Amino acid sequence: MDEIKISAQDVNVFYGETHALQDVNVKIRDNTVTAFIGPSGCGKSTFLRCINRMNDTIEICRVKGDILIDAEDIYDRQVDPVQLRAKVGMVFQKPNPFPKSIYDNVAYGPRIHGLARNKPELDEIVEKSLRRAALWDEAKDRLGQPGTGLSGGQQQRLCIARAVATAPEVLLMDEPCSALDPIATAQIEELIDELRQNYCVVIVTHSMQQAARVSQHTAFFHLGHLVEYGETGQIFTNPQDKRTESYITGRIG
Amino acid sequence: MTDIALGRALRLKTSLLDQSSRTRKRNFAEKRFELYGMAAVAFGLLALVVLLTTILGNGLSSFRQTFVTLQIELPQAKLDKSGTGDLEAIKKVSTFGYAPLIDTALEQTMAQLGITIDGLSAKQAAGIISKEAPAKLRDAVIANPALIGTVHEFRLLANGRIDGYYKGAVTMVSATRDANVSPELLILADALKAAGLLATSLNPGFITDSDASDQRPEAAGLGVAILGSLYMMMIVLVLALPIGVAASIYLEEFAPKNRWTDVIEVNISNLAAVPSIVFGILGLAIFINFAGLPQSAPIVGGLVLTLMTLPTIIIATRASLKSVPPSIRDAALGVGASKMQAVFHHVLPLAAPGILTGTIIGLAQALGETAPLLLIGMVAFVKEFPGAPPEGFFDPASALPVQIFNWTQRADPAFVERASGAIIVLLVFLIAMNTVAVLLRRRFERRW
Repeated sequence: MDEIKISAQDVNVFYGETHALQDVNVKIRDNTVTAFIGPSGCGKSTFLRCINRMNDTIEICRVKGDILIDAEDIYDRQVDPVQLRAKVGMVFQKPNPFPKSIYDNVAYGPRIHGLARNKPELDEIVEKSLRRAALWDEAKDRLGQPGTGLSGGQQQRLCIARAVATAPEVLLMDEPCSALDPIATAQIEELIDELRQNYCVVIVTHSMQQAARVSQHTAFFHLGHLVEYGETGQIFTNPQDKRTESYITGRIG
Repeated sequence: MTDIALGRALRLKTSLLDQSSRTRKRNFAEKRFELYGMAAVAFGLLALVVLLTTILGNGLSSFRQTFVTLQIELPQAKLDKSGTGDLEAIKKVSTFGYAPLIDTALEQTMAQLGITIDGLSAKQAAGIISKEAPAKLRDAVIANPALIGTVHEFRLLANGRIDGYYKGAVTMVSATRDANVSPELLILADALKAAGLLATSLNPGFITDSDASDQRPEAAGLGVAILGSLYMMMIVLVLALPIGVAASIYLEEFAPKNRWTDVIEVNISNLAAVPSIVFGILGLAIFINFAGLPQSAPIVGGLVLTLMTLPTIIIATRASLKSVPPSIRDAALGVGASKMQAVFHHVLPLAAPGILTGTIIGLAQALGETAPLLLIGMVAFVKEFPGAPPEGFFDPASALPVQIFNWTQRADPAFVERASGAIIVLLVFLIAMNTVAVLLRRRFERRW
């Protein structure tokens, strides 16, 4: 049905001497929510950060293997990570809005990438991004107020709006709800489901229920290996691997 | 089984109402520790109070000075022999030409008031006026040649001992043993005071005038020292802030973490601990002997103090860059900002209050530094004001802390008062700078 957006081939990641991720092969579909689950330290966040090359900022980190987005190797020498990150947006575990106004938070990406030629265009991008992040109704009257003054759930939606504003094709989310209360979590999950229509969404989560609720495909990582990858329903009801079964039944992890 | 039984038995015996000896001991230790802390703070405060009272007690009087008001005749025959009003000709008359005018005026005034004091000749009576007075009179005439040929009222500095008499430093008894003053002179001063011609009033000259020689403490001022210090601070600010901030940003945000950067980091910390006099020797060797810059000049002092302040600024800047949460960098990089954009758009604004505070603290430190300046010749007696910047940076000047050091070395006890006064001025500058640092931090601090 949907075409392959991201394709990883024999990805190995090392932190100094530590072999954090071993021979990961995975094909992630477009317009799909793909969840990475697994116990702490299994390498799921590491793999997520490989997809927009955020691992480049960690000095001791080395990545081997190929990751292709739309059949282009993002680790090719000609690829500028800055350009890549505009195409692959990221939302972090802890809401981290800039200590600036809500408007400036969203407008920052479009500004540095030159996506708007004038103020009305920028206003439009900001409004569209905030609408997409389901924050417009709450924020439209207080665009000039600092983004850090919002509640946790609103801050996380602001971060999603900020990521969406650079018109990315892929959205990476690293445990986006782990710092939020259940109500805010439910709002974000609903939002993730809507975002699927326009983006390829990859989400790392600790909560298996969340993975089951929001994703269509699930990848289970364990000790640096990609153990199993398939449709979410199949992973949760009929796991092929013993380790996956142990994890989702709560015996390990 | 036995363990549980034992635990239950113990628990039954204790009551919450009476404290166990362990608890009592612990509480006592806590109280004792609190007392130690309070004692330390009290000791510090006491030391501060003693320091401030001593300095204020000794120094505040230096802002007031005793003046004698005289009607002085400025005869054209003596001051402008050509009669043309030509400024060059007027300048040819030295201070020796003016001194007799003052003596005459004093003599006439005494005669008018009918003051006669046994054992005090007219020449001795002139000792009541400062030796600096003729120079001041000459300056006034040169500034306004129209005064020549008129009788004009002048406020002249009184001799330092007369001034000391009204400030309590000189008494009739001490005057008998003093070569510079006599009891008769003090009686004359009292008589003039009774006639309203001698009074102690505010002395702006202490701030604006230049230093004076050993014999005339009453005329010594801080003008050159303040200007020199100001010039040096300008140089330090212009050089140390950009260099320090640039070095910190590179080391903290861009440099690879390897053995080289480790070595640099350790050495910057070490540099902050190097005794300041070593920087003075460095400045002497490099800036004066090698580069050939002039001695006693603010430019050399500024450069030496820049070297001294750099480590302070770098350490403060790096600390404030470190305190910016990494999530902000992640956020910026995540939306596709380059590393430089992340630093300049997000990290630096958040670190700015810390950087500014560190810079001002570094400047304040540099302002109070004496030792390196001694080695580069800023301790010299400088009477001439330095010119306007930037040429003025190369003119000889003094500096506030060196001026204090200098005055404490002088033999005349009146300089003790001067030195204390100079300390007050220096402290006022330091407090002002620290206040600015605190205000800036309050103003720009942002929460996230």
